[in-house]
Amino acid sequence: MYGLVFDIAHMLAGGMVVVSFLLLYQDRLYALLNTYALHALLLALVVSWQAYSHDAPHLYVTAGIALIFKAIIIPVVLHRIIQRLGIQRTIEQVLGVGLNMLVGVLLVALAIIVMLPVTAASEALVREDLIFALSIVLLGLLMMITRRNAVSQVVGFMSMENGLVLAAVGASGMPLVVEISIAFSVLIALIVIGIFLFRIRERFDTVDVQAMDAFRGERP
Amino acid sequence: MPLYWFLGPLAGLLGVGCYALVGSRRPRSDAIVYGISFLCSVLALGASLTHLLTAPAASTLTLPLGLPWSGVHLRVDALSAFFLVIVNLGGAVTSWYGLGHGRHEQAPERVLPFFPAFLAAMNLVLLADDAFTFLLTWEFMSLMSWALVMAHHRQAGNAHAGYVYLLMAGMGTMALLLAFGVLAGADGGYHFADMRAGLLSQQAAALVLVLTLVGAGSKAGLFPLHVWLPLAHPAAPSHVSALMSGVMTKVAVYGFMRIVFDLLGEPAWWWGAVVLALGAVTAVLGVLYALMQHDLKRLLAYHTVENIGIIFIGLGLALAFQANYLNDGAALALSAALFHVFNHSLFKSLLFLGSGSVLSATGERDMERLGGLIHRMPWTALAFLIGSAAISALPPLNGFVSEWLTFQAILISPELPQWLLKFLVPAVGAALALSAALAGACFVKAFGITFLGRPRTPAAAQAEETDTRSLTALFVLAALCVLAGILPGLVIDALAPVVASLNGAVRLAAQASQPWLTLVPLAEAKNSYNGMLVLLFIVFSGFLSALLIHRLASRDARRGSAWDCGFPDDNPAGQYTAGSFAQPIRRMFGSVVFQARERVDMPAPGDLRPARMTVSLRDPAWDYGYLPLIQVVNTVAGRLNHLQFLTVRRYLTLVFSALILLLLGLAIWR
Amino acid sequence: MALIIDWLVQGFQMLLVLALCPLLIGFVRKVKARLLRRRGASVLQPYRDLRRLLLKEVVLAESASWLFRVVPYLVFSAVWVAAALVPTFASGLAFNWTADLIAIVALLGSARFFLALAGLDVGASFGGIGSSREMMIASLAEPAMLMMVFTLSLLAGTTQLSSVAQYLLTDGVGLRVSLLLAMLALFIVAIAENGRIPVDNPATHLELTMVHEAMVLEYSGRHLALIELAAALKLTLYLSLLACVFTPWGMAEAQAGWSAYLLGLLAYLAKLAVGGFLLAVFETGIAKMRVFRVDEFLGAALMLGLLGILLLFVSRSL
Repeated sequence: MYGLVFDIAHMLAGGMVVVSFLLLYQDRLYALLNTYALHALLLALVVSWQAYSHDAPHLYVTAGIALIFKAIIIPVVLHRIIQRLGIQRTIEQVLGVGLNMLVGVLLVALAIIVMLPVTAASEALVREDLIFALSIVLLGLLMMITRRNAVSQVVGFMSMENGLVLAAVGASGMPLVVEISIAFSVLIALIVIGIFLFRIRERFDTVDVQAMDAFRGERP
Repeated sequence: MPLYWFLGPLAGLLGVGCYALVGSRRPRSDAIVYGISFLCSVLALGASLTHLLTAPAASTLTLPLGLPWSGVHLRVDALSAFFLVIVNLGGAVTSWYGLGHGRHEQAPERVLPFFPAFLAAMNLVLLADDAFTFLLTWEFMSLMSWALVMAHHRQAGNAHAGYVYLLMAGMGTMALLLAFGVLAGADGGYHFADMRAGLLSQQAAALVLVLTLVGAGSKAGLFPLHVWLPLAHPAAPSHVSALMSGVMTKVAVYGFMRIVFDLLGEPAWWWGAVVLALGAVTAVLGVLYALMQHDLKRLLAYHTVENIGIIFIGLGLALAFQANYLNDGAALALSAALFHVFNHSLFKSLLFLGSGSVLSATGERDMERLGGLIHRMPWTALAFLIGSAAISALPPLNGFVSEWLTFQAILISPELPQWLLKFLVPAVGAALALSAALAGACFVKAFGITFLGRPRTPAAAQAEETDTRSLTALFVLAALCVLAGILPGLVIDALAPVVASLNGAVRLAAQASQPWLTLVPLAEAKNSYNGMLVLLFIVFSGFLSALLIHRLASRDARRGSAWDCGFPDDNPAGQYTAGSFAQPIRRMFGSVVFQARERVDMPAPGDLRPARMTVSLRDPAWDYGYLPLIQVVNTVAGRLNHLQFLTVRRYLTLVFSALILLLLGLAIWR
Repeated sequence: MALIIDWLVQGFQMLLVLALCPLLIGFVRKVKARLLRRRGASVLQPYRDLRRLLLKEVVLAESASWLFRVVPYLVFSAVWVAAALVPTFASGLAFNWTADLIAIVALLGSARFFLALAGLDVGASFGGIGSSREMMIASLAEPAMLMMVFTLSLLAGTTQLSSVAQYLLTDGVGLRVSLLLAMLALFIVAIAENGRIPVDNPATHLELTMVHEAMVLEYSGRHLALIELAAALKLTLYLSLLACVFTPWGMAEAQAGWSAYLLGLLAYLAKLAVGGFLLAVFETGIAKMRVFRVDEFLGAALMLGLLGILLLFVSRSL
């Protein structure tokens, strides 16, 4: 069980969870984007290792998509957007960093407890990948609800999507068409969100989403 | 060791208490009371030590007192012998301290009668072998300690402390009463042997656990039932505070162990989780509370809460291991908990006695008004330093050994099959490490602000060293702290019969036969620790370096004014205070736990009033627990108030309808 | 005979760490200077500093007590003993079993406790600021360290450093993400405990955020020399610890013979050099943190340690 193939896959997938935690820790926008790029890079490595070890060449395409779109294009575009908008570069958080990470650890524990019995029949690597994937998804969600800044919410969303891809790759490998369409939908989501960011900025002069609550009349 | 060896000292203690009721105004009465208390405690200590070390079978005795159909059952076995050692060791040392310290007492007639009676009551609780005797002596112990808390009842806050203590003690005893009721069942006996033989359903056993946690836990100081403790312990005279904090809380731990480990039978796995979680929360919150205090005795009292948490972590681990039939692990966890019980009784008594010496030398308990005492009271300072280092779990002293053992028990927790426990125990380990590290900060603050630096008030500048008797008491405890730290194997071997009696005859391997008296709790893990060698190495290398440097390099020293980056400030108010020392930790943890807020009032230029900083702290136990409860009780009481003003006919109606309801209930239930 | 050789090797290790630690400090300073395109002082400068300090007389503040004069010796010997118990070039030394990793960490805790007391002894404000912050940092660093110990103990079944190194060398656990996390946690703890950038700056004396340097501000002469030597020993200890646990290759086994010892020694020196170089690069590349962000940094270490344990449970239960 503890062959080198397993070890490397384990390291890479586990590394993604660690990077998810680093995302939770970051409170500067540029560092956040760089960390996100690392997240996507690790995803690409996981997928290509899976392709190599399981001899599934179509997964290389998935890896390529992850590398090009998620690790390069999206961070660069977001960088540009931040520069153009002149957003303040620190992120306000709802919870403190320590508390945030503590909740994160609890979420990972929850993912383990939920996933271990469910996947009892599968092979070790799949079980582990599924646990890691669920953790990454939950951590992404946590990031979206504990950040007030719209850009970091986008990053949380993207890291969640990375978790989904990890799950799909780990489980059986998803059909290429689905993968490509997901990649493009994410890209379109990015474009839409980018446009929204500009619009929010124009109207409210900030990208703090609390300002929108005030606009809706939720907060006087 | 037959049981009647204990009866002589007990009779002596009770007798001298009665004498003090009438004779406490006579000259030298304090010497008589404390002298006889000391003698009786030493005798009882000898008897209990012999029982613990020779480990004969339990001996029992029935006295024709109390309830006519049962009498008073007494029994001494390994568990009670161990706790008797702690009680009588504490009793002997505090009595000896009282011999010197007693003359500072302004109201001896309020202390002398109750002090020996309190000692006797604690002994009796440990000897009791039926529920009736246990509860009676338990309540006697509470009342005697309450009387001692109220000794200085005219000082601000003490009356309130006594009131809260009385309420909590009453509630605790009621919970224990109910626990014994459930244990005995509808027609069981109240003798402990009957309870041990009886079989309880799962639900009933769980109920007993909860009731015991409330009853014994409130006396021991488990969060959130600890609220009386930091009020009452400091209010008593200092040697009584030492007894209450160092010894009486251990009697409460005994009550918990007697019921849960001995009478209740096989534990369910989740009991361990409950006790562990409570212990971890208590440990961390206790030390955080302690860090926020500037009153030396109150800091020590809050710190007792932390140590109780550590003891309960050990007990919780033992329960978890026992429930899974991992008896080796349970033996380790139990040894750790009992060792910590012993250690805490040593260093907490030492620290409270030391604070008593400071109090009588300066008249101050507030650390912000002390400082520089190491120059005026060097011996007290040395003993207090040893106690501080021991309680902060620093090797090679004893506090470290018990925490090390607890960590070792935590490290084998992955063998537990339940996922909740698997995840909980590492988190508890983090909490334990956190509380140990914070305890270090807490005692750097306690010792550093009180004894080091420059005196902040004239009272502190003119303090005098205490008398030799008090100092002897301090140094006996300090020496025991060092000895237990460097020879832990001997203590563990002495604890082994206690552990075996609670753990299905499984105990740790004998430590005395290890080479160099090294501590190796579990042979297969190979984890070892040798306090003696660590001490030897430190002493050796320290002396060697001092010798070499003084011989070969320089040995000149010159006194000058402090450097302080070129701006020394002669005013002692410019030193770091207790509040400022704790400020980083207050900002880190206090803002979440205590909702700590700092308000700075900086006057405008030209305005002559002083700048002020006010810190506000909220106590979560009061805010979320007791205040809402009091609110509810008040509201209900207000609603029911009009019941006092009914006509006779209405009252009769009430009685009648209650009777009918009861009869109906009976009819339906049957 | 074997016993005598064992004792000799243990004694050699004790002297080795003592002799090497100023060199390590000098090396790190030199690398930092070169990275900043300065020439920097010689790597032997710390030895000269120590000699100069040792020969000078001590100036004591008027309010200093006996504790102030005892603490340097106490701190130095506690740290020295701790450093001598970490396996460096060979495992299974004669006294390795005296203390396991938890006890070694606690020994460093003893040294810190007394140093913090010495900071309060004179009653000057700088000493207080240093002590108070040092204890704050320690209060989070110790739990993080313990989480790392927990991970190791889960993997190797023991906290005895010698046995851990043996286990990792011979049995091998493969690549584990938990080990990565433990290494991260230990690295952060090492940075914080040694007062390096970004937690504290070892090079400044007059900055408000300083911690360790403020605490020892009142020390002079031989006392200061001992404290600086203890600080250097502590850095060496942490680097040896990282080397012993995460790169145990080349370490000699017990009673392995002279050639194995020589090889182990060379490997150890190489590991120290690499570790010191990486530390210098890291310190040059990062900026000092505000003191109230240190808790986030260390809290992250604690959480990563906990995460490592959780992930290890996953691997073990598969």
